[in-house]
Amino acid sequence: MSGSVNSGYERLFDIPIGPQHPALKEPALITLKVEGEHVVGVGLDVSYNHRGIEKAAEYRTYVQNLYLIERICGICNVAHTLTFTQCVEGVQLKDAPERAKMLRVLVEELARIHSHLLWLGVAAHEIGFDTFFMYIWLDREVSLDLMEAFTGNRITSAYNIIGGVRRDLTPEITAKIRKGMDRLEERAKFYRKIVETEKTVISRTQSIGILPPEDAIRLSAVGPTLRASGIKIDARADDPYAAHASVPFNVITCDGCDSFSRILVRIDEIVESINIIRYCLEHLPSGPIINRLPRRVPAGEFISRVEAPRGELMHYLRSDGSDKPYRYKVKTPTISNLPSLVHMLSSKGRYVVNIADVPVILASIDPCFSCTARLEKNIGTYGKS
Amino acid sequence: MGIKSWARTKSPWLLHFNTGSCNGCDIEVVAALTPRYDLERFGIFLKGSPRHADVLVVTGPVTRQIRDRITMIYNQMPEPKFVVAVGSCCMSGGVFSNCGKGPCYNVYPGLDSVIPVDAYIPGCPPKPEAIIDGVAKLLAHIRAPPEKKARIIEEGSTEA
Repeated sequence: MSGSVNSGYERLFDIPIGPQHPALKEPALITLKVEGEHVVGVGLDVSYNHRGIEKAAEYRTYVQNLYLIERICGICNVAHTLTFTQCVEGVQLKDAPERAKMLRVLVEELARIHSHLLWLGVAAHEIGFDTFFMYIWLDREVSLDLMEAFTGNRITSAYNIIGGVRRDLTPEITAKIRKGMDRLEERAKFYRKIVETEKTVISRTQSIGILPPEDAIRLSAVGPTLRASGIKIDARADDPYAAHASVPFNVITCDGCDSFSRILVRIDEIVESINIIRYCLEHLPSGPIINRLPRRVPAGEFISRVEAPRGELMHYLRSDGSDKPYRYKVKTPTISNLPSLVHMLSSKGRYVVNIADVPVILASIDPCFSCTARLEKNIGTYGKS
Repeated sequence: MGIKSWARTKSPWLLHFNTGSCNGCDIEVVAALTPRYDLERFGIFLKGSPRHADVLVVTGPVTRQIRDRITMIYNQMPEPKFVVAVGSCCMSGGVFSNCGKGPCYNVYPGLDSVIPVDAYIPGCPPKPEAIIDGVAKLLAHIRAPPEKKARIIEEGSTEA
């Protein structure tokens, strides 16, 4: 019974959640060890989505792989294709044209807005505030409409291709994006006001799921989860890729270290992304949008990293001189955040986690198990019993 | 049409299950339930328990790990039950249907190799309009008398 809370209960119960559960849209088995109402241990099985993408990538050419890699995750597909194209360009020691790089940043930020709004809606749903969820998802359609008008599809756009991007920006689309950004900025500010004043949100998220900065670093948290613990790490600023070196932006942090500050960080990142998109539209360089690259890639290896909406995304490519990868490896942000999640879900000393807080804490890291399902299995303080 | 099938077509309850999807179809299924598309105007309601559901909406290729779970959920649903396969992966394995020889080592070639399927909604991911169209066709199919059922499937008519 070491590490348990002193609640007077003598028996520990296992509560399995999932893989089919109304609160979780993705299949994941979460086994909670509870003592009364308090969660004292947690086991995670996130391998239900394992599809064998890394193996499948070895059987496809680089052009075909673009569409396979895109389907690792439907929500952050732009980040995945961007990392993949950067890997292939990196092995060839070539680069995309400047205009294409700026357009990549534009689409990436558009996808970040859509992902953060989606998450905000899901978080509102988890705390039982469904009106807020419906409002947010109505506004999310604005960003999806822009995505469809610009790239051709709402979700999986295949916008980034090897050597550049697929479509150029037209004046009509520019005007549409400007209009959409004005609307989204207004709504994001409104949401921030609601989150800061609404009692439902505050009482369900404040001081819930605390991750102190030293633990966040020790457990290698990434993305908004890390930045909500007050640590200023962002791949866009620390290791600028695409056109990020020339686009000024602020790395958003918050010192609250709880689920509430994770909401605030993501809302502020939406506003920051809107500013980045406006800057890109103003300062778009002229020139071609694609460098035609050969289909065969010389032997070599390359690691590329991108700040996906959920955190730092890393791809590794090893090529053997053919038109297919020899090995492809994907490390997604959610797998980096899972140790922090287990830490946040376990009661220790005066820090107590109730069963009712589990969905909120789980949602607060913005988990994406379809990204995560590579090989990992049974993460946590104990595995399957 | 008896009172039971009338009630069923007026308010079918959905169970949404992800069998290894990339989340693309899942967010479109949820988007179809939110204000812009509002699938609830057909009386459709997303339910959490398989024992309360009439229609099982499945997204994603069926992975080996999830196969027993989807069969278990299907068996828990009361009769009559209907299954909708949303997206290319769920219909045939989609992009995961080639891994050297045959489908990827962890993926089944489509949901219909595991459980019977009533409606297929193609797309990667299908737009919310397509999902609404698929569900409306399924409702028309449930509502129609037996001799007209084949015609709805072949001609895609939503009139019954």
